[in-house]
Amino acid sequence: MDVITDIAVQGVQMLLVFALAPLLTGFVRKIKARLQRRRGPSLLQPYRDLIRLLRKDVVLADNASWLFRAVPYVTFAAIWVAAALVPTFATGLLFNWAADLIVIVALLGTARFFLALAGMDVGTSFGGIGSSREVMIAALAEPAMLMIVFCVALVVGSTHLSTVADHIASTEVGLRVSLGLAMIALVIVALAENARIPVDNPSTHLELTMVHEAMILEYSGRHLALIEFGAQLKLLLYVSLIICLFYPWGIGVFGAGPAAYLAGAALYLVKLTTAGFLLAVFETATAKMRVFRVPQFLGAALMLGLLGTLLLFVSKGL
Amino acid sequence: MSALAVELGCVAALLATAVIGVAAARTPRLGRVSVYGLAAIVCTIALVSAAGALLRQEPPAEIVLPLGLPWLGSHFSLDPLSAFFLVVVDLGGALASLYALGYGRHEHAPQRVLPFYPAFLAGMNLVVLAADAFSFLLSWEFMSLASWALVMAHHREAANRRAGYVYLLMASFGTLMLLLAFGLLAGTAGDYGFAAIRLAPHAPWIATLVLLLMLLGAGSKAGLVPLHVWLPLAHPAAPSQVSALMSGVMTKVAIYGFIRVVFDLLGQPDWSTSGIVLLFGGITAPIGILYALMEKDLKRLLAYSTIENVGIIFVSLGLALAFQANDEKLPAALAFTAKLFHVFNHSLFKSLLFFGAGAVLSATGERDMDKLGGLIHRMPVTSVVFLVGSIAISALPPFNGFVSEWLIFQAVLQSPQLPQWGLKILVPAVGALMALAAALAAACFVKAYGITFLGRPRGPATSKAHEVDRFSLAAMIIPAALCLFAGVLPGLVMDALAPIASDLLGNRLAPQSPLAWLSIVPLAESKGSYNGLLVAAFIIVSASLSYVAIRLLATGSVRRGPAWGCGFTDPVPLAQYSAAGFAQPIRRVFGTLVFRARDRVTMPPPGDIAPARLRIELHDQVWERIYAPLANGIVGTAVRLNRMQLLTIRGYLSLVFVTLVTLLLVLAIWT
Repeated sequence: MDVITDIAVQGVQMLLVFALAPLLTGFVRKIKARLQRRRGPSLLQPYRDLIRLLRKDVVLADNASWLFRAVPYVTFAAIWVAAALVPTFATGLLFNWAADLIVIVALLGTARFFLALAGMDVGTSFGGIGSSREVMIAALAEPAMLMIVFCVALVVGSTHLSTVADHIASTEVGLRVSLGLAMIALVIVALAENARIPVDNPSTHLELTMVHEAMILEYSGRHLALIEFGAQLKLLLYVSLIICLFYPWGIGVFGAGPAAYLAGAALYLVKLTTAGFLLAVFETATAKMRVFRVPQFLGAALMLGLLGTLLLFVSKGL
Repeated sequence: MSALAVELGCVAALLATAVIGVAAARTPRLGRVSVYGLAAIVCTIALVSAAGALLRQEPPAEIVLPLGLPWLGSHFSLDPLSAFFLVVVDLGGALASLYALGYGRHEHAPQRVLPFYPAFLAGMNLVVLAADAFSFLLSWEFMSLASWALVMAHHREAANRRAGYVYLLMASFGTLMLLLAFGLLAGTAGDYGFAAIRLAPHAPWIATLVLLLMLLGAGSKAGLVPLHVWLPLAHPAAPSQVSALMSGVMTKVAIYGFIRVVFDLLGQPDWSTSGIVLLFGGITAPIGILYALMEKDLKRLLAYSTIENVGIIFVSLGLALAFQANDEKLPAALAFTAKLFHVFNHSLFKSLLFFGAGAVLSATGERDMDKLGGLIHRMPVTSVVFLVGSIAISALPPFNGFVSEWLIFQAVLQSPQLPQWGLKILVPAVGALMALAAALAAACFVKAYGITFLGRPRGPATSKAHEVDRFSLAAMIIPAALCLFAGVLPGLVMDALAPIASDLLGNRLAPQSPLAWLSIVPLAESKGSYNGLLVAAFIIVSASLSYVAIRLLATGSVRRGPAWGCGFTDPVPLAQYSAAGFAQPIRRVFGTLVFRARDRVTMPPPGDIAPARLRIELHDQVWERIYAPLANGIVGTAVRLNRMQLLTIRGYLSLVFVTLVTLLLVLAIWT
């Protein structure tokens, strides 16, 4: 019986991230439009876009290989699994124990690996430019991410997201300078990983500055829908991760019952809205930077993570 | 018959095969089939017997043969550590022999390969079995010389001759260091048996010195930066099955030597030495993979990536040393197991990738990636297994490379338990360097796979390419399957490795296979756990779910058309991204520091029809700053000393006189 409940809760979590991801993207777009004094598309527009893409034919390049056709499914699956492993409304989900934070980061790495390969498959210059820049950004973001993991693991003594959320939500941690530094670092990494301004522009086209969009330029129809959906899931994943690591208050503790889960879900939606609003404000207020400025931006994240870790060595209380 | 006797019998059989190789080399077909077939059978027998000894946890056995030094004899022993490394050596050997059954057909100088190949295998087996300093050094030299002969197999190419020369120099240097290390270990009593060395007490300064000498000796064989210079020259120069053995297996034999001396013979190390090992490993990993990223020769790229993996292995060795020095037994066992796991993994996927590179080489005749491309259409099976190897070596789930790196990261996360400040700060920094190396490895293999197998063909060589023979394919499919197996069920591998840690460190990880859902929980569930099986199943289920959903919801139609490319289609395949072009962002970010890289563009003035040229300048700093000055110094000294040969008789006599007086003076002051 317990196993059935566990699986049911895990299933709800998988469906929740599935349903919420386009909404978050739509919300960010809407707020950005309002900030630019535009009316903006409806909140549901990302869903409509996905459905529209599903109805369209796929146009494949003549020399596209089987890998090109398989990549959308593989990347989507990897991102979906990773997103399902981040606690949103409750901790201690069945499959939380199957993977810790390092595995989640590595799953996203798998998705990126395949996407970068797909960028090279057709053999156009745009695909190559996108892939080569994407792996460069990843090479900078991953060490920074590990320092963040390290910093959090030092405070909590675990890399398990459920344990981390439970521990930080309890009263014994309180405000920590090092966690604050790690949070800023994670925000920077999340911006880079999700191809947001100032690292990349999600709504750009036909520019030599684009990274993610250049990589997926040859995709169309249902393949493109899956990739777009994957990107939306990834954004939701990173926001959930930031919430889970640094603002887990109110999250449903494992086995607390449906009422606590519902309260946790409501609070999670509030946190998600706040995060989406802040992202929109930040993106409106900043300009995109040159590609070769990105190393300095991500280097700052690495240094912040390192600083947070060192502070913990100096004093357990910081 | 004991497992040890079987192993020694296999070594004898391999040596006999080498003799057959000399005789049969005149008839290429017969020679190939007999030598590689026999080697494959013998290696499989040795593999089964070693794996049996490891899994049954047989007690250590020792045999003394009346060979070698008259008062010493030759000691050979089989304990869990050597059994594990025998598994690595013989698995690699069996696969390489199977591969060579087909691949060897393309060999144009079989008489230079066939005799040395089994001898090389025998040498590696002997190093792992040896249990006294004399037979260890003798088999080490035998292994080096046999592999040198294989590097020189195609000696008519000047680059290979240079590779052989540099290799020979570095191998002699490494053996000299090992000789000194064993001399210090044996002490004044001069007992060279490992059993006696293990029991004798070692002064702390001797232990430190031996560890440093081993780091130089074994590190030069394994390819630790800055002792790596010979490796990217020599490994690709040999035929591909030998490249796979040198990269996948011989570097592991070097690591075996290091473990044997440092963890088994020396006893409790000092914590400061672990810092040195950590630092060397931490520098080697990212530098090695950055070299690989700058490379456009597929086999050299793989050789440089070996350097990265050796760095990772040395990082976990350093971690194990650090924890062991502070008596943190469980994290030490974790780091140690992680390292053995990575040794096993790297031997698998590096062999696989070198076989793949060999298949590409035999199908197209090219190692230069900038002349390849689009092979995924022409070589379907090779492209799949090469992809598996690329994912595994990039440390991505659900394959095996990820599990060992995950275990190493778990060990890194235990560093706050260390009391020393230096280590506390060094270990997280090394962890960040390892994460950098892992991300760069993914970039490197996106490049290797993307340029070689994807895109449009860049030259005429690829358009005639076709899939390789069945032996080669089987030899690539087996390690690919093992990569997936070890990644999905890592608990079984860790349990097989546990007796080695308990043997050498006095503690082991908890048994993993009885855990629910076949998870691995190295320390405690609250600290971190991973379940490769569930993650793999999860990915497969959600990929099929999305596939089914898409089938139901979307139109299934596919239209083919010319590539879109933002409307800007470039008809010339050469306009695609090249190997150097793909690495440009990383070259600009990291290369300016590491290689003093600079891109120079010469643009002709308007109206001139000369082509614009891009020149990339890279400086191998290790070579230019260490080796070139050293070589110049030696040549300069030799030239100056040369004058001494042309003295008059008076000159020589006064030289003798001065020397005599100096020596007498020294003696007088000394006593």
